Amino acid sequence: MTVHELTLHELHDRLRSRELSAVGLAEALFDRIEATDGAIGAYLAVCREQGMEDARRADAQLATGDADSKLLGIPVALKDVLLTEGVPTTCASKILKGFTPPYDGTAVRRLREAGAVLLGKTNMDEFAMGSSTENSGYSITRNPWNPDHVPGGSSGGSAAAVAAGQCVAALGTDTGGSIRQPASFCGIVGLKPTYGRVSRYGVVAYASSLDQVGPMTRDVTDCALVLQAIAGHDAADSTSVDAPVPDYAAALTGDVKGLHIGVPKEYFAAGLQPEVERAARQAIAELEKAGAVVTEVSLPRNDYAVAAYYVIAAAEASSNLARYDGMRYGPRAEAEDLTSTYMKSRAQGFGHEVKRRIMLGTYVLSAGYYDAYYLKAQKVRTLLKQDMEAVLEDCDAIVAPTCPTTAFKVDEMTHDPLQMYLSDILTISVNLAGLPALSVPCGFDDAGLPIGLQIIGKHFDEATVLRLGYAYEQATEWHTRRPEI
Amino acid sequence: MAVLARLDLTPDEQEQLTGQLDRILDYMDKLNELDTESVEPMSHAVDVVNVLRPDRAVNQPRTEDLLRNAPARDDDFLSVPKIIE
Repeated sequence: MTVHELTLHELHDRLRSRELSAVGLAEALFDRIEATDGAIGAYLAVCREQGMEDARRADAQLATGDADSKLLGIPVALKDVLLTEGVPTTCASKILKGFTPPYDGTAVRRLREAGAVLLGKTNMDEFAMGSSTENSGYSITRNPWNPDHVPGGSSGGSAAAVAAGQCVAALGTDTGGSIRQPASFCGIVGLKPTYGRVSRYGVVAYASSLDQVGPMTRDVTDCALVLQAIAGHDAADSTSVDAPVPDYAAALTGDVKGLHIGVPKEYFAAGLQPEVERAARQAIAELEKAGAVVTEVSLPRNDYAVAAYYVIAAAEASSNLARYDGMRYGPRAEAEDLTSTYMKSRAQGFGHEVKRRIMLGTYVLSAGYYDAYYLKAQKVRTLLKQDMEAVLEDCDAIVAPTCPTTAFKVDEMTHDPLQMYLSDILTISVNLAGLPALSVPCGFDDAGLPIGLQIIGKHFDEATVLRLGYAYEQATEWHTRRPEI
Repeated sequence: MAVLARLDLTPDEQEQLTGQLDRILDYMDKLNELDTESVEPMSHAVDVVNVLRPDRAVNQPRTEDLLRNAPARDDDFLSVPKIIE
């Protein structure tokens, strides 16, 4: 295997033993990006100069024998929704073209402090609104397993970069499945942590009660290591929770004997691609063979999740995105008065999907419709959370496919926004309830596209979710496959 | 609604969005099938409480870094169109 195919923990061992230098590794990956990103389009910005400086600093530290940080000298990519000091951050939107943040977000700062090398910023659906990365204001990203297909979204650039060997690990954000779905589509591991586990400070807000930052990696061990670096309370985010952060690597025992797994029958209802259902059922059988106790459970109101989610997410988005008015940052349109300046700047800066959600959110929050839509959706959210919690009272985790299908084709869904929303049916209840959930590779369809298995846990119990994912990974070899690029 | 949202939509966009939003809102009406008479609305997934801190400045003013992103400036100030006639 060449360096771009290795996992974070394998590379850490080589860096530590000085078999490999951080500078050599960073150079290899920058070259890899240059050679392959024309075909993939995972990156919006590559910061070679700064990255090489990070790598030289890491080598200096490694030379002193101080290699305790597992991320020291590890090249990472960041979704362009994360603020990076001195590196442009656009959220793949024209309205933030040229914006260079004056500070790092907390998750970014923690990665830097751990010694990670920043390669660049990855493409995404504009403001994280989408499931295919086709809503980027700049360019599309292609699936490394088959360029005719999308990588998923909204963290599609991060997922494609990890899958294509253009970085070792990446950060994404997940508001309704935006880490797990692209992880599933690209055959990698992705974790949405519990709401409040990772600080949202310095993460451009889409739907603040749902957004969460998480790792996207080649295997579960890497995922645990990146989570360890970014998790924990942050005074700068009043919704981050002050709860102890366990040693996640210690949870990777390979032992799942006696763990109770619930399999929700509604998640296997009509609409699943046959190969996805087969792969998920085989994966569940594999966990059972390893000693987990499997029972069928019910999430009776899951059918209402998409409607509740899109009311709430659009409402929060319309409020959050009010700040883009052409006054403090971003391009300002020429107009005769203040209101027209706002309206023209916003109309020129936002793409179709963002406008659609702002309009929808404005509508459901407006006088006369607030109770019928927004308040109603908030009540349904309570019911959906109760359903999840009832199952998790008897089970340690819920296991199901991550997505109903494998990666769809570029342009296949763009004409029908509602259809695109409905494809999020298996991931969004997790965000509404604030739970942690992992996607791990569990097979391929007949066309050779990856399939993901979703493992959902209790609040702040990422450890059990990772433990199950790791045990499954040990029993299979899906995570070792790499696309040919 | 476009004025409320401060979006200057073209006639084409208005027509396209009207059709799409009608379909999406029809779908949202599905929520009315559930009885939520005695259900409390929820706005956050985890219990959040007010977080208080002393009102003390901890960050240094970084005028240049902040103004670098501004579309228009006047010396050390953001420059904006006239608000009051």
